[in-house]
Amino acid sequence: MSVLTNPQLWASTLAMTVPLALPAIGGTFSERAGVVNIAMEGIMLIGAFFGVAFSYWTGSPWLGLVLGVLMGGLLAAIFAWAAIRLAADQVVLGMAVNIFASGLTAFLLNTLFGYGGTPPETPSLPFVSLPGLGPVFAHQSVLLYVMLAIVVISHWFLFHTRLGLRIRAVGENPLAADTAGLNVWRLRYIGVIVGGMLSALGGVYLSIGILNSFDVDMTNGRGFIALAAMIFGKWTPVGSFLASLLFGFATALGVALQGQGVSPDLLSMIPYVLTILALAGLVGRSTPPAADGIPYTPIR
Amino acid sequence: MLASVVAILIGAVIAAVLGFNPLAAYGALVTGAFGTSMALSSTLAGAVPLALAGLGVAVAFRAGLFNIGAEGQYWIGVIVAVWLGYHLTGLPGWLHTLVCVVGATLAGGLWGGVIPGLAKAYRGAHEVITTMMMSYIAIYFGQYLIAAGGPMHAPGYNAQSPQIVKDAWLTVLLPPQLTTAVFFAIGAALVVWWGTFHTTVGFRLRAVGANPHAARYAGISVPVYTVLALGLSGMLAGLAGGVQVLALDHRLMWGFNTGYGYTAIVVALMARNHPFGVLLAALFFSALSTGGQNMQMVSQLPSSLTDVLTGLIVFFVAAERIVPLTIAWYRRRRGARAQVASAREGGR
Repeated sequence: MSVLTNPQLWASTLAMTVPLALPAIGGTFSERAGVVNIAMEGIMLIGAFFGVAFSYWTGSPWLGLVLGVLMGGLLAAIFAWAAIRLAADQVVLGMAVNIFASGLTAFLLNTLFGYGGTPPETPSLPFVSLPGLGPVFAHQSVLLYVMLAIVVISHWFLFHTRLGLRIRAVGENPLAADTAGLNVWRLRYIGVIVGGMLSALGGVYLSIGILNSFDVDMTNGRGFIALAAMIFGKWTPVGSFLASLLFGFATALGVALQGQGVSPDLLSMIPYVLTILALAGLVGRSTPPAADGIPYTPIR
Repeated sequence: MLASVVAILIGAVIAAVLGFNPLAAYGALVTGAFGTSMALSSTLAGAVPLALAGLGVAVAFRAGLFNIGAEGQYWIGVIVAVWLGYHLTGLPGWLHTLVCVVGATLAGGLWGGVIPGLAKAYRGAHEVITTMMMSYIAIYFGQYLIAAGGPMHAPGYNAQSPQIVKDAWLTVLLPPQLTTAVFFAIGAALVVWWGTFHTTVGFRLRAVGANPHAARYAGISVPVYTVLALGLSGMLAGLAGGVQVLALDHRLMWGFNTGYGYTAIVVALMARNHPFGVLLAALFFSALSTGGQNMQMVSQLPSSLTDVLTGLIVFFVAAERIVPLTIAWYRRRRGARAQVASAREGGR
């Protein structure tokens, strides 16, 4: 039990939540607009790589962050174009993005930085300690606080603004939205690209938020855990965050219990098992947006 | 085919921009895949698990289902084949091999069919998500089994299982890697082809894939065929794992040869789900991977370029409408130009 009262466990739970919650909320934006997105993993990798690369080239981690996020947005825009304009199969496209991003980042790492990895003098984003909140909020990446703000802002945006309502409308019933005079394609582009930028921010956190380097496939499947968190969180920003918190806790607990007789591999299964149970309606039913994954041809 | 040509051209441009000679690099890739008997052996051997798992993915696609979790079913097949491979002793070699292969096949079928199949058929849970989640569960389960203290951990420092009894190994045909496993791939392709196009079950499966509503009115039980298609798909992926571990690694461990289950999806897509196309596509992607390593050694161009190519191929296969759209755009432009020209002539 002493494990659970150790503030280190809770600090690392929060630290592990960030790279899950950001892509999970990103996926929520995309799927609420009606575009199935399993490409979070790949977009995160792009964000992580270009975050480091631009941080090194410009000497400013903040420029690295902005440009890394923009590169993620660019990849998401290409994905969106094929999914929306070309009506391509969104799951297959997502796979293509993941394979492409994994290959491209590995390839660029080796051609631009050689086989020794990214330069050790790459600057990283600052760590911030909130005074008075104890060791849990001590020495956390600044992106943790950004992430917490994003949870609140995206909830407000999706559920309390006109644009948010419109994005959700094209994900539920694009024909009705179109009839009401909304531009379905444009709203879907917004959802996918904003979502991609949030996923890329999750990647930036991994590379220059908590480290200052990039490694091949450093996201290590987090994009897929984020997908699980998005579903378990019922396609809402707050739900995605809470699910990410739970999954982050499972990961942190696995690390804390290492060498204490509990297999970290078995603990790692928790997110996936919970997601299947949630989809099967055994742990709270998760239903995707009605038009999720269905391409739309505008009426003339 | 067009997709791969375009992807290869883009790859050449990327290589050229970064100052490499694309012709030399691709030359090294081809030599590395087919140039020597060793290369040929590796390419053919690598194509076997891709073909088997690719056939599995294709069978599910035929029923309109996307089995994205072939990787997990593959590993369940490996786990069961290895467990049977070192627990059973005293069987004649051929029988032992057969038991391992059948066990792996059934296990893959159960893993892919039962939970994702029933969840889809009766609760509407999307199979893309459930098979993907099952895949991760399988991989973590395998890691748990062979980690220190795990039930299949072999004594020693490395995280690996004991070795399968030697008598059960598949026979090497062309050293170093090509074994009798290749017959499983060819045989499975024939069976899947016959089953898909010449049996009632295959016809019904395709009917469910083409139009589930029409299939239901025709009296076909859509839930049964959903579970069946995912089960058959898992069986082939499990078979891929069983055959591969009996041919090469002979034990459960996490090496460099993972990811067959994911590439298998690409294989099925490129083959447009035709069993014989799957064999060719498997050969293509195996050659890309084997040759890519040679390319890296000879021309210093990182072998990850082959992943970039694969990603581009999948993108262009998915975005097939890019072709008619481009043609339409070109025609419109030409049409507009012709109009302008005729307007000018009319004005004269």
